Amino acid sequence: MAEVKKSPVDKAYNLPDERGHFGPYGGRFVSETLMAPIDELTQAFAEAMADPAFIAELDSELQHYVGRPSPLYFAQRWSEQIGGAKIYLKREDLNHTGAHKVNNTVGQALLAKRMGKKRVIAETGAGQHGVASATVAARFGMDCVVYMGEEDIQRQAINVFRMKLLGAEVVPVTAGSKTLKDALNEALRDWVTNVDDTFYIIGTVAGPHPYPAMVRDFQAIIGREAKAQIMEQEGRLPDALVACVGGGSNAIGLFYPFIDDADVAMYGVEAAGNGLETGEHAAPLCAGHPGVLHGNRTYLMEDKDGQIVPTHSISAGLDYPGVGPEHAWLKDSGRANYVAVTDDEAMQAFHTLTRIEGIIPALESSHALAYAEKLAAQMSPDQILIINLSGRGDKDIHTVAQIEGIEV
Amino acid sequence: MSRIAQRFEQLMQSGRKALIPYLTAGDPDASFSVPLMHAMVEAGADILELGVPFSDPMAEGPVIQRAMERALEHHISLDEVIEMVRTFREHDATTPVLLMGYLNPIEVMGYEKFVNHAIDAGVDGVLLVDLPPEEADLLKKHATDRHLDTVFLVSPTTTDERIAAIADASGGFVYYVSLKGVTGAGNLDIEQVIDRVNQIKRHSDLPVGVGFGIKDAESAGRISAVADAVVVGSALVKLIEANQNSQADAIMAVKSLISSMRKEMDTISASSAA
Repeated sequence: MAEVKKSPVDKAYNLPDERGHFGPYGGRFVSETLMAPIDELTQAFAEAMADPAFIAELDSELQHYVGRPSPLYFAQRWSEQIGGAKIYLKREDLNHTGAHKVNNTVGQALLAKRMGKKRVIAETGAGQHGVASATVAARFGMDCVVYMGEEDIQRQAINVFRMKLLGAEVVPVTAGSKTLKDALNEALRDWVTNVDDTFYIIGTVAGPHPYPAMVRDFQAIIGREAKAQIMEQEGRLPDALVACVGGGSNAIGLFYPFIDDADVAMYGVEAAGNGLETGEHAAPLCAGHPGVLHGNRTYLMEDKDGQIVPTHSISAGLDYPGVGPEHAWLKDSGRANYVAVTDDEAMQAFHTLTRIEGIIPALESSHALAYAEKLAAQMSPDQILIINLSGRGDKDIHTVAQIEGIEV
Repeated sequence: MSRIAQRFEQLMQSGRKALIPYLTAGDPDASFSVPLMHAMVEAGADILELGVPFSDPMAEGPVIQRAMERALEHHISLDEVIEMVRTFREHDATTPVLLMGYLNPIEVMGYEKFVNHAIDAGVDGVLLVDLPPEEADLLKKHATDRHLDTVFLVSPTTTDERIAAIADASGGFVYYVSLKGVTGAGNLDIEQVIDRVNQIKRHSDLPVGVGFGIKDAESAGRISAVADAVVVGSALVKLIEANQNSQADAIMAVKSLISSMRKEMDTISASSAA
């Protein structure tokens, strides 16, 4: 069977500390103007999570608006074809808006409402988090501004139109590399300017404390459900979890409720792009170094001078030079394993799942599928593997067609 | 006593306020920076703030973002910025130089190495926009050992308790960010600045510098009436950008703005002393 690392965590996991540190990672590296609002947010979040009325409202939204719980689906044909472990897919692609992102935006929008903020802002790369933010802004009657790199706006025209239909203003970002990291910089600049009435909905488990912990807590519904569902269907915990990692929110959502279950191995799959050896990738955990960006200390794609370097992935949602600080800690502590798969491998997995199970996966999730296929093959048929199918692939069909030279 | 502290003491004795111009190192290329620094001193600058280019300058408005992009086209590194200060020191042993930037280039260089390099080259202080005092223990430890001043920021949203902690962690002076926004923004509220500067002074004996949003002689003069130092950034960087094809023209434009600010600030100091 595959090498399954045991957890080195010998007591119940309780990170981050009160200042948002996961070991040396995380923290609050922001301009002074944002220190007061993130303090306010930290307090509001803690109070909300301790308030049964807030939890009831969140649960109700997740059930009736998002469509939870999402199924845990046994991919029997695919498992039999591989001939290794039993593969289960956590179907986050079936959520409203088509990905896990909405779990977090619903939570943050409810928090914004509770804090009396009438305007929300968000950054987006592929447009998924932008759409999820614009969706909840429409649902709760808030103004919404989404920052998006000029390059990404060109590449993701349909999501831009979707956000506009939902009533959001999409602001093109022309600075720097004109992609997700620059959109994040611009959102931070908006927040610092409009700090009194604005709530910043960060889309992943990065940013200054409390964002990594808060987004994790909103996404942890994925792992809690998966744990209960696998107990019901198999009567035991899985042997391994696999999820793709860009910023890392879907992966942390699946992993977090299993961290203290030492026998459950965890694999985060980064984007190796054209191959780690080419430098054209988006795999800071596999090939980067620790540094500070966007409010936290974590692994980054950076050059010898500490400048952030351009990233490449076929999947816009993984195309980010940083990663959530909790993943940095899970890597260093050995609790989770981080690997990377190339654009080509992800494309193959995209086709495989589509043809064998009749499920078109997002290109992001296809990275998890590609690694899981290799891992499952090394495991035995009495072992269980859960993959987080974080989003559906409808948004990617133009990309896939273009790469394969097909006109649609 | 650090060069920054000495400079403030001299200014106080002569009843004047400090003028602190900013430039992005290596903008538009490395050959501009040291001559511009000397020109700024000739025109009346008391302390220089030298920006370290960073790929993701999240607190900067468009003007300084573009300056950093120009510098990064030439791959200006933290090492090279420190070397510029060493070159500047060959002809100016007294004007304090403060490095301003973001944490990551220092994280990558290493705190101890950074502090040693900076001090050995003649750098006097460092201000990192994304490093609040809570996360600055390591930098403080090495900076204190080698007497490098660490300047921290107070903003319009800073609470009273935090002001005390920030002032406590600061050396040289305390930098008050005069508005909610990015560098070069246009929403400067002088009345509010007066209140906040007085509030900081209740917590600290350090001089208070004010920056963000000061763009001409008039605003520099009004701020100098209430603060110990006036920091001017985007307005100067805009002039460098407009004259990026001619070093001589850039120097002339920068000197002209600094001189007009110096004159207005000194006029206001003199009238308040009279």
